[in-house]
Amino acid sequence: MVVRGLVSLLIFPGALFAVPMGWFMVWLQRRLNARLQGRIGPPFYQPFFDFIKLLAKERVTRSRLQGLVLTALPVLAVGATLGVLALLPVFPEHAKFSGDLVLLVGLIEVIPLAAVLAGFASRSLYGGLGATREALLGLMYNLPFLAALGALSVGAGSFSLSEIALKPMWAVRIPALIALALCIPVKLHMNPFSIANAEQEIYAGATTEYGGPRLAIWELAHDMEWVAVTGLWASLAFPVPHVALVVRLLVFVAISLALVVLLSIVGAATARLKLAQAARVFWQWGFGIGLIAFIIAVLAR
Amino acid sequence: MSVLDSLVRTARRRSPWLYHVNAGSCNGCDIELVACLTPRYDVEQLGIRLEASPRHADILVVSGPVTRTTAAAVQTVYAQVPNPKVVVALGSCPASCNVFAGSPTIVGPLDRIIPVDVFVPGCPPRPDAIIGGIAEAIAILAGDKPRPDGTMVPVRPTLSNAEGER
Repeated sequence: MVVRGLVSLLIFPGALFAVPMGWFMVWLQRRLNARLQGRIGPPFYQPFFDFIKLLAKERVTRSRLQGLVLTALPVLAVGATLGVLALLPVFPEHAKFSGDLVLLVGLIEVIPLAAVLAGFASRSLYGGLGATREALLGLMYNLPFLAALGALSVGAGSFSLSEIALKPMWAVRIPALIALALCIPVKLHMNPFSIANAEQEIYAGATTEYGGPRLAIWELAHDMEWVAVTGLWASLAFPVPHVALVVRLLVFVAISLALVVLLSIVGAATARLKLAQAARVFWQWGFGIGLIAFIIAVLAR
Repeated sequence: MSVLDSLVRTARRRSPWLYHVNAGSCNGCDIELVACLTPRYDVEQLGIRLEASPRHADILVVSGPVTRTTAAAVQTVYAQVPNPKVVVALGSCPASCNVFAGSPTIVGPLDRIIPVDVFVPGCPPRPDAIIGGIAEAIAILAGDKPRPDGTMVPVRPTLSNAEGER
C-alpha cells in the first residue's frame, strides 16, 4: 500500500510523469495558440529551458520571514498538485482508499489558496489585486465544481474516486462532466477566464513580485496543475470496467491532450471576461448544469 | 565548463524574457517592439516573451529619452530585474536624446541613468533591427559575448544589494 502510494506520488501519475507531461501540455497550448494566430510559436523544449533559466537566476533578497513564506507557498502548491495527481483514479480497478474524493477536493483547493496567500504576502499592489481576483473566482467556480463532484458521488453512492470512475450512470455523468469542463479553463488561468493573472492588465497578478527560482517553483506547480486538472476530467470520463491497463493509460493521455487542444482553441478564440460576467457563467450556467446533475443523481438513487 | 553550466547558458540563450519600459518615448518604438510579436516577425519562436513584471525579466528594453519624471522609475525597475540582466536601448532617443536633446525636462541619454549594453538606433528602428539588437543582448546574456565594458556575464548570478522598492 505504501509502495503503491509512493509510486503514484513520484512516478505515475506523479512527478516523473506529470512534470514532462505538464511541460508538453504547456508547449502544446502555446504552439496551438501561435498557429491559430498565424504564427509559428515556441519550439518543443521551451517550457524546460524556461524552468532551467529561472532556476539559474538571482534569488531576490527578502527579509527572512517574508523569504520563507514566499518560498513555502509555491512549494505547498507543488506538493498539493502532486497529491491530487497521486489520487487520480487512472486505474480505478486498483482502489486506493474510500473517501479519497474528499482529500482530492481539499488538495485541489490548496493550489489557488497558495496563490492567493502568495499574492498578499508579496505586499505588491498588483499581487494583491491578482490574489483578490483569484479568491473571487474561487468562490465562483467552486459552486459548479463541487456540485458536479457531489452529483457524481451521490450517483455512485460513495466517496471513493475509483467507484465514481467505474459506475456508468451516464445521465448524471454527462451534465456533471460539462459543469466540470467549465471549471477547467479558470483553474488553468486560460481565456476567457484569465482574470486572475490577466497578463499586462494587472502586471503579472499574484506572481508579480516573484522572480528567479521562486517563480520557477510556481511555473512547475502550474505545469503540473495542467496534468492534474485535465487528468481529473479524463479519468472521470471513461467509466468502462475491465479494460487492460495499457488501454486505460492511452485513453487517459488521449482525453487529457484532447482537452488541452480544446482549451487552446477556446482560449485563442475568446477575449477575457469581466469578473461579473464570469460570475454569471458559473453561477447561472455552471451551477445550473451541476444542480441538474445533482437532482438526477438524487432521484435515480 | 561543466555540463550544468552549459545547460544554464543554453537555457539563457533559448528563453530570454523581456520587460519594456517607456521612459518618455513617443510610442513609435513601443509600437515597433510590439510588431515583433505579430505573425510577420513572431519572436516567440526564439523563446522571447514580453513579460508583465520586471521581476520575471532577463532583458530590459528601454525606449524614450528619459524625462525628469521617469528617471527614478527607470532606476527602480532596473534594480528590480534579478541578475543576470541586459539592457537594450530602443531607438535614437535613449542613445542621444534625439530631437529632445537640450530640453530642460530631459535627463538622458539612458547611459547616464543605468548601464546600457546594446543600442538599437533608429527613429523608430525597424522590427528587424530590434530583433537583431535583442539577439545581441541574448548573446551577452548567455556569455557568448562580452558586455561593452568588457566584462562577461557569469553563469552563477551575482547578488545585487540594490533591489529596488517592493
